[in-house]
Amino acid sequence: MFGWEFPPHILGGLGTASFGLTRGLANQGDVDITFCLPKPWGDEDQSFMKIVGMNTVPVVWRDPDYNLLKSRYRWMDPQDYYRFRDHIYSDFSNLYTNDLGCIEFSGRYPDNLHEEINNYSIVAGVVARTEEFDIIHSHDWLTYPAGIHARQVSGKPLVIHVHATDFDRSRGNVNPTVYAIEKDGMDNADHIMCVSELTRQTVINKYHQDPRKVSTMHNAVEPLPKEIQDIVPQKKPYEKVVTFLGRITMQKGPEYFVEAASLVLKRTHDIRFCMAGSGDMMNAMINMVAERGIADRFHFPGFMKGKQVYECLKASDVYIMPSVSEPFGISPLEAMQCEVPTIISKQSGCAEILDKCIKVDYWDIYAMADAIYSICNNSSLYEYLKAEGKKEVDAITWDKVGGRILSRYKKLLGIK
Amino acid sequence: MKTICLYFEIHQIIHLKRYRFFDIGTDHYYFDDYANDTSISHIANNSYLPALRTLIDMARESEGAFKVALSLSGVGMEQLERYAPEVMDLLQELNNTGCCEFLAEPYSHGLSSLAPNGEQCFREETKRQVEKINRLFGQKPKVFRNSSLIYDDEIGSVVADMGFKGMLTEGAKHVLGWKSPHYLYHCALNPNLKVFTRDYKLSDDISLRFSNPSWESYPLMADTYMDWIQNSPEEDGIFNIFMELCALGIYQPLSSHVLDFLRALPACAKERGIKFATPSEIIKSSKSVSAIEVMYPMSWNDEERDTSCWLGNPMQREAFNKLYSIGERVLLCNDKHIRQDWDYLQASNNFRFMTTKNNSVSMDRGIYESPYDAFTNYMNILADFMQRVNWALPQDMDIEELNAFQTTIRNQDKKIQSLENQIARLKSAQKTKKEPVRK
Repeated sequence: MFGWEFPPHILGGLGTASFGLTRGLANQGDVDITFCLPKPWGDEDQSFMKIVGMNTVPVVWRDPDYNLLKSRYRWMDPQDYYRFRDHIYSDFSNLYTNDLGCIEFSGRYPDNLHEEINNYSIVAGVVARTEEFDIIHSHDWLTYPAGIHARQVSGKPLVIHVHATDFDRSRGNVNPTVYAIEKDGMDNADHIMCVSELTRQTVINKYHQDPRKVSTMHNAVEPLPKEIQDIVPQKKPYEKVVTFLGRITMQKGPEYFVEAASLVLKRTHDIRFCMAGSGDMMNAMINMVAERGIADRFHFPGFMKGKQVYECLKASDVYIMPSVSEPFGISPLEAMQCEVPTIISKQSGCAEILDKCIKVDYWDIYAMADAIYSICNNSSLYEYLKAEGKKEVDAITWDKVGGRILSRYKKLLGIK
Repeated sequence: MKTICLYFEIHQIIHLKRYRFFDIGTDHYYFDDYANDTSISHIANNSYLPALRTLIDMARESEGAFKVALSLSGVGMEQLERYAPEVMDLLQELNNTGCCEFLAEPYSHGLSSLAPNGEQCFREETKRQVEKINRLFGQKPKVFRNSSLIYDDEIGSVVADMGFKGMLTEGAKHVLGWKSPHYLYHCALNPNLKVFTRDYKLSDDISLRFSNPSWESYPLMADTYMDWIQNSPEEDGIFNIFMELCALGIYQPLSSHVLDFLRALPACAKERGIKFATPSEIIKSSKSVSAIEVMYPMSWNDEERDTSCWLGNPMQREAFNKLYSIGERVLLCNDKHIRQDWDYLQASNNFRFMTTKNNSVSMDRGIYESPYDAFTNYMNILADFMQRVNWALPQDMDIEELNAFQTTIRNQDKKIQSLENQIARLKSAQKTKKEPVRK
């Protein structure tokens, strides 16, 4: 598998999804997974698969000491380094490499992202020549070139996993370079898995793929660990909290949330709104809140990580995700795990598998405001969504997704 | 002799409009007139009018042998009067043939019989419906049918207490058990109330399955249908075939020739010596075989034949409890608009839209997208309505106090009149006293 992010060091939903999916697949048994990451931190969970750090794979021949390797990369076997070294397939000495002959990766989304993607695929060539495998699985467009490269080297079938397309990220103003990479990946793939039917339709219609090779593989959620389940919700009896949690960008539709909030606050005053996260539209949103005159009731706590996210969720009475275009959207599922009634836009992929939540059009601020008001004012609706939502989301597990992926693999490989 | 008791329900709801919470306190009109107009016209044209014409023809052709029972909800009648008066004309015509019996039912087609403190509302709205039927058709209903045939022992005893001789209900398997629906039963708490149990197989054959080509008895012919009845055990006497009138034409499209099927029934029945009768005639001619015990309410809805499609989830129960929490106050209220809105808001269909059961056969939720949407809209309207009721009758006064005030107000004219009379009498008495002095 080729991926870009992996917990605990994640920047978006991609890492979480890659992790859950891999574990779900590993739990099926009889599956060995090697997961390639640009820059592992060493604290990733390797109990169910092997992680290969692309920044530890040499592309230029060097002869470091075993003990040096041992001290530099404590979490990996230095023997792997030598194995990879035997499969350097071309002269890459013109590239910038470190003293071990490896290419450095930032593991994030830097300005020279395209260069990193290219380097990633160069390294992937070495890995593909070294490791033995039956199938290649690439997560998101950053790793498609690597997947294609590995497929050409090994002749094994390539599955690409579409977690998002550029159409979702840009509300239609597609970056041509990104589109080209995505399209190339899809054209060369033997099978395309999409995280929702919504994404599947985009892939079919905008990337002109044959519907027969495109399937839907909905995401799932990991059960909450004990320490998070034990967080005691900090709720105030005299007011309700409505939370938006995510990157504050065009894709997530934050302005619709602000509009709905200002409508709600025209009628009631015992509701607070919280927009957690950061993003390029944050300042615009702060401005907008001030213009509407609701800044005393509308808060921006900033970017949240790990446990903070769950503390924030548990303190909320309503979770809202008004995304304009969301390939899947895992956060409403997390909110439902925390027993928070959830409002999502119909333009989100997760709307396809969720029933015990309120769905509205992202632009319908009146419906959104009405739904917020209703949950805050009618305890029966609140209790119903809280209890039934939890039940529903608990039944959505990665193991089921893993099973579906495995059967798809078998079909591709012709195993019955 | 085998007897068919044929009964049709006529009721359509008043559609609520999209009502946001911003409207609470500012907009007191809750109804979607356009939707009401179009839906009633559609149903009238495709179902009620052709079906009633067929029933009238059947009554005339059979020279009195054909009998049918109908019930109209008050809300349904108001709708028809406003948007499809021609249906009311046909009902008059059918009434004039003398083959038709009108039954009583709650005015609003609501669930007041199930509300813990709803008995007063239940009695009041039934009385109003009976008065309306009497005024329009000159018949005083003797037999009662509750909204969606909801029945349990307690409801039965209230209905008996109101003076009804019989009541229609569902022949639910879980209640009847080994008993057959083809007999007359009586209420366990009051033997004076006879109970008719619907034969859901024969009823649903027409209303649900008639035009379904994958049904094994498709296409159903009138003589086959009558053979089924004739071939039933010797002792089975009464075949209760109850359905909504819009089953003929809407659920089963006219193109399926369901009306031709219906039209052929009397002749086929006559050949086999099966007769038709109205519920009142059956009560006169037949005896009840035993009491029927119904601990929990049953209805003709869904597989479960219970009340779960209206009151199954907590949202439905909250809406229901909130609605009936103000029932007594509304009855004290003299405001015409409040009384009318009260009827419309009670209609059981409003609760049906909030069901989260997923076995309902491809349910039409109207303007609502989901049960939550239906609940939100209804609660917004209810919030406004409750506010209006509280304005009219202050919340901090209890019912008895209000009652006392109301009585005072209601009687003030009489009181003034009597006082004036007294004054006049005293004055004239004074005159007569004074006059002799002058002389």
